[in-house]
Amino acid sequence: MMLADWRDAPRAGGLAMAFRAMAYWLVRYRRTWRGTIVVSVANPILFLLAIGAGLGTLVEGPVEGASYLAFFAPGLLAAAALQNAFVEAGFVVNSALRRERIYSTAAATPLEPGHIFAGHLIFITLRLFLSAAAFVMAMALFGLIENIAIALAVTLAATLTGLAFATPLAAWAVTVADFPQLNTVFRFVVMPMYLFSGTFFSVTQLPAPLRAIAYALPLWHGVDLSRTLALGTATLGTSLLHIGYLTALCAIGAMIARITYRRCLHE
Amino acid sequence: MARLNPLILATGLEKTYPARDRKGAPFRAVAGVDFQVHRGEAFGFLGPNGAGKSSTMRMLGGVSAPTAGSLRILGLDPVADGRRVRARLGVVPQDDSLDTQLTVEENLVVYGLYFGLSRRAVKARAGELLEFARLEDKAGERVEHLSGGMRRRLTIARALINEPEILLLDEPTTGLDPQARHVLWDRLFRLKQDGVTLILTTHYMDEAEQLCDRLVVMDKGLIADEGSPRELIERHVTREVLELRFPPGENEEVARKVGDHVEVLPDRLLWYADDGEQALAQATEAGVRPLTALVRRASLEDVFLRLTGRSLTD
Repeated sequence: MMLADWRDAPRAGGLAMAFRAMAYWLVRYRRTWRGTIVVSVANPILFLLAIGAGLGTLVEGPVEGASYLAFFAPGLLAAAALQNAFVEAGFVVNSALRRERIYSTAAATPLEPGHIFAGHLIFITLRLFLSAAAFVMAMALFGLIENIAIALAVTLAATLTGLAFATPLAAWAVTVADFPQLNTVFRFVVMPMYLFSGTFFSVTQLPAPLRAIAYALPLWHGVDLSRTLALGTATLGTSLLHIGYLTALCAIGAMIARITYRRCLHE
Repeated sequence: MARLNPLILATGLEKTYPARDRKGAPFRAVAGVDFQVHRGEAFGFLGPNGAGKSSTMRMLGGVSAPTAGSLRILGLDPVADGRRVRARLGVVPQDDSLDTQLTVEENLVVYGLYFGLSRRAVKARAGELLEFARLEDKAGERVEHLSGGMRRRLTIARALINEPEILLLDEPTTGLDPQARHVLWDRLFRLKQDGVTLILTTHYMDEAEQLCDRLVVMDKGLIADEGSPRELIERHVTREVLELRFPPGENEEVARKVGDHVEVLPDRLLWYADDGEQALAQATEAGVRPLTALVRRASLEDVFLRLTGRSLTD
């Protein structure tokens, strides 16, 4: 038998199983990656031109010690990571279970729900990283990135920001039975956070009670981390606080996802 | 290779789904069933929609834990040993769940990778399977361009990628045209010849008669009876059936007149008799004037109607 030795082979470890699950997403991505890269570079260029260089000229004086464009670009980068996370871990995850039945197909094989989640999350991380890298390239075109180390640090900060949203989002989206519910959350949770996390203006301008809320929002931590790294004003303590907050979200999301994926894939 | 131990052994198997919301009640889809499947058999679950067939299949597929009772597949517990069980199963779900954006070959390759096959092994295997599924000239085609019959054959090919010992098919020919169904039956028959154990659900009687060595009739989560198609026919119905049609509303009245060997369906009466022609003569003598009368051999459909008829008219 051709497959006999394979079947009797010792069990593959969890990471190897997750990579099997990820292979599907790579095969699928092979069909669309060129288009997504173009969008990932062109989109930030247009935004930086229109809002940073265009609208920004109306903003008087430096914001948090930088030109408006230099202030705005890393904020938008972090906010874009949130948006990408919502698409990849919200809409795509929900569709993978309900509409396209990608998860159910994988669940019929030796893959466990945890492997299927981990495999998809690895792919989402890759997508977030590539989008962030493309954005940082666009920033470099505007002279906003001083050197390669800063480019890498900012890219990783944005990837972590996206992941801090993607992980709990996936844990939740897999349980959602009706698709429009996702849109509701996008409109009433994601968009307000997008606007009030210091993306477009400094949160120090907000009245004290609102400022306290902004500081609690995960996106603000991603924005401030990306911005201080890009502007070279990052301090170790604050950066570690941001990274800790975002990592904790990833960890909590992953723990919940292990439960919800099992419940929804093996019901 | 004959084995004394059954390949699948279910005892008192139950599946209850929790309530969807606070107001809802838990739903018991499978209410305690016993069955065994032996190596090389083609075994069928027959029953109307909602009988518990698909829930049973999900438990057999190792993706749904039984609420009560015991289930052994290949001597293993499909919950504790899900990975090992699923590595030796092939699953053909009711809705295909192919990736329509990917090509025919990509669908097979990705699925093979799930099982841990190397890329080289999976490519070689994909070639053989495409030939088996008569899709060899469609390898590079996107699935969205395939017909329903081709998609179903591809789903079966996909389920065979790991050379499974048991193939689970949930309503394999629902929605296919007659030609496509016959092609599919032919492929399944070949698999059976090769020693693959087939387990299928269906609500097509002809399919069950064509493919199944043994089957169970399910109704409302329970097994109504079990046996080969022939045994079931002999046990529950007579050799022949006389079908009588009347103008709407007259069925009940006629049924009262001729006795209790008659099954009343919404559109016709079924009169079970060993000699259908004689029954027709008897009916004519009694003054019954049907619009049409037809004598035929009893089939599995009659067994099905006898055992589950009441839930059909609900």
